[in-house]
Amino acid sequence: MSEVKKIATRESYGNALVECGADFPNLVVLDADLAGATKTGVFKKAYPDRHIDCGIAECNMTGIAAGLSTCGKIPFISSFAMFAAGRNFEQVRNSIGYPHLNVKIGGTHAGITVGEDGATHQCNEDVALMRTIPGMTVIVPADDVEARAAVRAAIEKEGPVYLRFGRAAVPVINDRPDYKFEIGKGVLLKEGSDVTIVASGITVASALEAAEMLAADGISAEVINIHTIKPLDKELIIASAKKTGKVVTAEEHSVIGGLGSAVCDCLSESQPTRVMKIGMQDVFGESGTAAALVEKYGLDGKGIYAKVKEFVS
Amino acid sequence: MNKLELQKTANEVRKGIVTAVHGAKAGHPGGSLSAADIFTYLYFEEMNIDPKNPKMENRDRFVLSKGHTAPGLYSVLANRGYFPVEDLPTLRHLGSYLQGHPCMQETPGVDMSSGSLGQGISAAVGMALAGKMDDKDYRVYTLLGDGEIQEGQVWEASMFAGHRKLDNLVVIVDNNGLQIDGKIDDVCSPYPIDKKFEAFNFHVINIDGNDFDQLEAAFKEARNTKGMPTAIICKTLKGKGVSFMEGNVGWHGKAPNDEEYAVAMADLEKVGEALCQK
Ligand SMILES: Cc1ncc(C[n+]2csc(CCOP(=O)(O)OP(=O)(O)O)c2C)c(N)n1
Ligand SMILES: [Mg+2]
Repeated sequence: MSEVKKIATRESYGNALVECGADFPNLVVLDADLAGATKTGVFKKAYPDRHIDCGIAECNMTGIAAGLSTCGKIPFISSFAMFAAGRNFEQVRNSIGYPHLNVKIGGTHAGITVGEDGATHQCNEDVALMRTIPGMTVIVPADDVEARAAVRAAIEKEGPVYLRFGRAAVPVINDRPDYKFEIGKGVLLKEGSDVTIVASGITVASALEAAEMLAADGISAEVINIHTIKPLDKELIIASAKKTGKVVTAEEHSVIGGLGSAVCDCLSESQPTRVMKIGMQDVFGESGTAAALVEKYGLDGKGIYAKVKEFVS
Repeated sequence: MNKLELQKTANEVRKGIVTAVHGAKAGHPGGSLSAADIFTYLYFEEMNIDPKNPKMENRDRFVLSKGHTAPGLYSVLANRGYFPVEDLPTLRHLGSYLQGHPCMQETPGVDMSSGSLGQGISAAVGMALAGKMDDKDYRVYTLLGDGEIQEGQVWEASMFAGHRKLDNLVVIVDNNGLQIDGKIDDVCSPYPIDKKFEAFNFHVINIDGNDFDQLEAAFKEARNTKGMPTAIICKTLKGKGVSFMEGNVGWHGKAPNDEEYAVAMADLEKVGEALCQK
């Protein structure tokens, strides 16, 4: 197998903003002293007049974006997910969500793959928080291709969108000519009949790996990439659950309130199915390399494989 | 409008406030009444707006950062012709377009939703920044409570506005001296308010916010101030115009019952009659 290309989705975020800069003259990007880390620095370089550094004041940045959007701008606010969604929750809810303003929120450094910085910076709660805001779209791209497509789609969609990006480089898995990104449409990556694995973000690649290992054991796993947590592609999930009768969710996020919860909400209402949720099991993260943490918390291919195997037998 | 007309209009705005809160059986009369002259000056004299075209592109913007005083904003908007004054008593009723706190999607003339203290000023800063980026000449006004400025976000926004020299922005502080739990200087004193804004690179003007001559002079001075935002610190009387509400912390967020409503309206009628004698 040839070497897979790897790129962090935060990098894709910055690049996509630059790519969209010419097509959308109203696009502006706001940072809170993290332009280097959120990778929006490339946008700042390309469009210095359309980049606004607000200093270390995320709540104010959020309000400024709200005001800018009422005047026709399309603002992206960028910070670590911990601050963009966490510290900011009420500002996002009241100043952006309630008036349904056209502001996009780029939460980078989400989940445990933040790595060495440890638990204070590893946000495993952002999807849960953002998902509860009426009218908010929540997108968790899996790789570079998807992340770049998601940024463009978010700009084209009127209204608030939360985009979740990671710090660590992840394999490019969607690099194929027929790839199409549509907000709210899940992607069936591999068909199977014994169990469904629903993944988002970095766990999509892990799920594909796990499916290969399961196949070697004679277990046929269906793999679905849910890049849009809200609105959820219920149709796709229900159809797959009907077919396999067993569902596993995998996410780099708390199992409380994220993808797993969204899938359970959907299935318990429409297609009661046993579900196992893989993710952060109501614990904080810790310092370590991204790879070591992903392994420790069972979010890599091997981890998912072991859990699914146990679940189906 | 001359001073007498402004005073008469402000008195009508006060009647609308009391009537709205009475109709709602809830709401915030105290801080609406203290700011009634500020609301009146802004909407009848200062701002470039068109009630027939509330979304006019180059209009001046107003953000009620102290969103709980929505009755004051609604009353001035109604009196200015954005919607019928007769609708004011539907405030806070199920299905009314006059929500408990300002909602820009529901109410014509409301430029920003607010209610969570400390947030509106940031949105106003964003609007002012957009004006600068687009070379537009509209101005942005935002009204804050003197308790509200205890919120840290107010100072984040002020630091940014000063740093960016947003001279199209006017921050107005309604310094009525009271918040919910008591006097602001007993709860957690924000004084000196003027020195704080000065330190954040604002041009600061101290006035009596219930005096139209001083309001006029201050807003003119703000308009002529270049290279920095202006803060107008308005000393006011909370509950102004209604005898039993004046300076009374208990009337921050409480509606008058029928008897109290009658007394309040009689107070304001008297003021109105006196103004007509002038
Ligand atoms: C963030 C936030 N915390 C608390 C409240 C509840 N609250 C509503 S009004 C108020 C007091 C405001 O006092 P002040 O700013 O002085 O207003 P005014 O006297 O002009 O009515 C409080 C604490 C709120 N609306 N928002
Ligand atoms: Mg006060």
